[in-house]
Amino acid sequence: MAAAARLFLRGTNSKLSIAPGSLGTTLLKLSPNCSSRTKTQRRHAAHFTFQPDPVPSQYGPTQKMNLFQSITSALDNTLASDPTAVIFGEDVAFGGVFRCTVGLRDKYGKDRVFNTPLCEQGIVGFGIGVAVAGATAIAEIQFADYIFPAFDQIVNEAAKYRYRSGNMFDCGNLTIRAPWGCVGHGSLYHSQSPEAFFAHCPGLKVVIPRSPIQAKGLLLSCIADKNPCIFFEPKILYRAAVEQVPEDPYTIPLSQAEILQEGSDVTLVAWGTQIHVLKEVASMAQEKLGVSCEVIDLQTILPWDIETVCKSVVKTGRLLISHEAPVTGGFASEISSTVQEECFLNLEAPISRVCGYDTPFPHIFEPFYIPDKWKCFEAIKKMINY
Amino acid sequence: MAAVSSMSKMYGLCFRAVRQTAGLKAYRLLQRRGFRVTVLQLQQTFDSSLEKPQFPGASAEFVDQLEFIQPNVISGIPVYRVMDRQGNIINPSQDPQLSKETVLNFYQKMTMLNTMDRILYESQRQGRISFYMTNYGEEGTHIGSAAALDPNDLVFGQYREAGVLMYRGFPLDHFMAQCYANADDLGKGRQMPVHYGSKDLNFVTISSPLATQIPQAAGAAYAVKRENTNRAVICYFGEGAASEGDAHAGFNFSATLECPLIFFCRNNGYAISTPTNEQYRGDGIAARGPGYGMLSIRVDGNDVFAVYNATKEARRRAVAENQPFLIEAMTYRIGHHSTSDDSSAYRSVDEVNYWDKQDHPISRLRHYMTARGWWSEDDERSWRKQSRKTVMEAFERAERRLKPNPELLFTDVYQEMIPSLNKQRESLWRHVQQYKEHYPLDLYEK
Repeated sequence: MAAAARLFLRGTNSKLSIAPGSLGTTLLKLSPNCSSRTKTQRRHAAHFTFQPDPVPSQYGPTQKMNLFQSITSALDNTLASDPTAVIFGEDVAFGGVFRCTVGLRDKYGKDRVFNTPLCEQGIVGFGIGVAVAGATAIAEIQFADYIFPAFDQIVNEAAKYRYRSGNMFDCGNLTIRAPWGCVGHGSLYHSQSPEAFFAHCPGLKVVIPRSPIQAKGLLLSCIADKNPCIFFEPKILYRAAVEQVPEDPYTIPLSQAEILQEGSDVTLVAWGTQIHVLKEVASMAQEKLGVSCEVIDLQTILPWDIETVCKSVVKTGRLLISHEAPVTGGFASEISSTVQEECFLNLEAPISRVCGYDTPFPHIFEPFYIPDKWKCFEAIKKMINY
Repeated sequence: MAAVSSMSKMYGLCFRAVRQTAGLKAYRLLQRRGFRVTVLQLQQTFDSSLEKPQFPGASAEFVDQLEFIQPNVISGIPVYRVMDRQGNIINPSQDPQLSKETVLNFYQKMTMLNTMDRILYESQRQGRISFYMTNYGEEGTHIGSAAALDPNDLVFGQYREAGVLMYRGFPLDHFMAQCYANADDLGKGRQMPVHYGSKDLNFVTISSPLATQIPQAAGAAYAVKRENTNRAVICYFGEGAASEGDAHAGFNFSATLECPLIFFCRNNGYAISTPTNEQYRGDGIAARGPGYGMLSIRVDGNDVFAVYNATKEARRRAVAENQPFLIEAMTYRIGHHSTSDDSSAYRSVDEVNYWDKQDHPISRLRHYMTARGWWSEDDERSWRKQSRKTVMEAFERAERRLKPNPELLFTDVYQEMIPSLNKQRESLWRHVQQYKEHYPLDLYEK
């Protein structure tokens, strides 16, 4: 389906004389019971609207880029400035299944951008070794859903390398990138958001951008950071999110949450795709309930910016945290627990978590599963009326 | 020889390299420095008129007889050795002819290790340290391989390679400090005993999870290759750890990515209580190498010269040709797995005694030395006394030393201190101030 979608989107810009979808629609028309768009076959529209940030002026000339292009740009900058940097993983040589590494092998050489065998524990283990030897290692895991074979290497090795060696050895030069989050049809194994598993691991940093500008700056920070970092890229935004992104390298600091809009009644916290849902929820709350929401993008899951979130909750007295990952043990529980410790007497209502259900990520039931704007809106209503 | 040639038919070109004869010119032509162009990378033109398989996945001939390849475990890959069990050189051309000074050094390092092992094992039994693992019987694998490397070569180990560190000059005080987790420990007291590491000696700190170092060694070798400084990487592991998925990953990556790396497997017969016939069904670890496209050899691990020769040649070629080598060193774990193990529960005393008395790396080397008049009974007596004294002195120093400052509980989690951890640190200190009589502060540095 993804291939069909890509064909359709490309078709709108291409100069091909044959409309890409025409053969399919012709076949469908031949069947008496099919029209080209029956009610049951209509694909669901995205559950969010991407809102681009204003063009940044402080980093030099910008260029229109979508999310995967902003990643390519960050990687391009890195390979240009750091001769030790190497990028590797499954299928990265031809450009990657999400096109994040297009052009880099031709530009920088096959010893710097290369495929590995199909083995995530090997990819991360190899990456750790590259980093320990002093080179910059950027490992790609094809989908965050497949990161688990590498869990031992990440948790038992990468995260603990510096501590257990008394700072003689470390893998600060390691960055792991993986596509993350729901995509409309990804189902169990192409939609997961596993940040909570890694949030429980001291020594790691876990970072999730909401947009192309954020992605490039945060990825460059992860690469520069002297600790092993996991960088999750919201795959649904790879093409859908387009912004004017600076061409030159720049960094956005880690462990600093960003307040996207200020408000006085409720604090809304999320990361990645869900930020765009919450921004819309904030407008709905203002319009329909007269409620002023403060929207915070956490950005770094570990170590997370406790101060910014708590300061906001002290002001508003209400907190809603939202993520696609299942609610039990999801990262919202960590935020909720810490905030009630620090801001107990400031809370006007119980902290609300609007998250995925405790099920594997379903295929056809995705519209019911995801924490959409209506569920968030309803949760705000309950908090206001508590 | 028949076994070798039939196996070579199975594995084709790769296996022939196991024999270290000179008549392999055709294969040598394929080797050159830098990034080899492997046959499979070039897209051949497809010609279906040829009766040759055109598959991208394998280059081979067609065959019209249904026949399963028989794994050969009865007479598998032969064991290369230089000395017999009495320390006599079998084939003089294989004697590395090392100097008296070098050989004496080998002997002294092996015996010093043995002495340190005895004393530290005993110290655990007396409750002075929490845990220990001895190296009895495997000293030859450590010293032979370490001597064949360059001091700048990076070493990834498992946990039974203390002799490699000792050979490189790691002081007894540092061994002891790590085992005692005292304030002199380079690892800052964070890990269990025998988890040594040394940045200066290029020995990556040991970690408990098995085989995790194997793909890491491949990555380090790749980075080292790009540096172009003629360094190699060596990766030690046991035959048990070779069953881990990480081992498969490391072998495959090092071969496909053309890394200057030596895989050194210590096959000592047991993974704790699990004997080799419960660990694998094939012909040990060496037989797996060709499956990955890797040059492989099996050596007598209790013959320090065989280990030395194999490692030296593997290192030379790994760096010159940018490809990994697999050395399976057959040996025997004379000691228990660790101080938490009593191996009489799963093996006979007779078996252990055989290896201790009849095929020990230290005895074999001593016979070699005495045969040349390089070592006498008096030398042995005075060296034993001296090495024991040295070890005991280091031991007593380590005993007296305080433990590291508990502040070090909180540092090095990240390169920098993070606010949340700092808060936790402060809360511990407040707590300890209040309840100080319940915490063993006197044992730690302030």
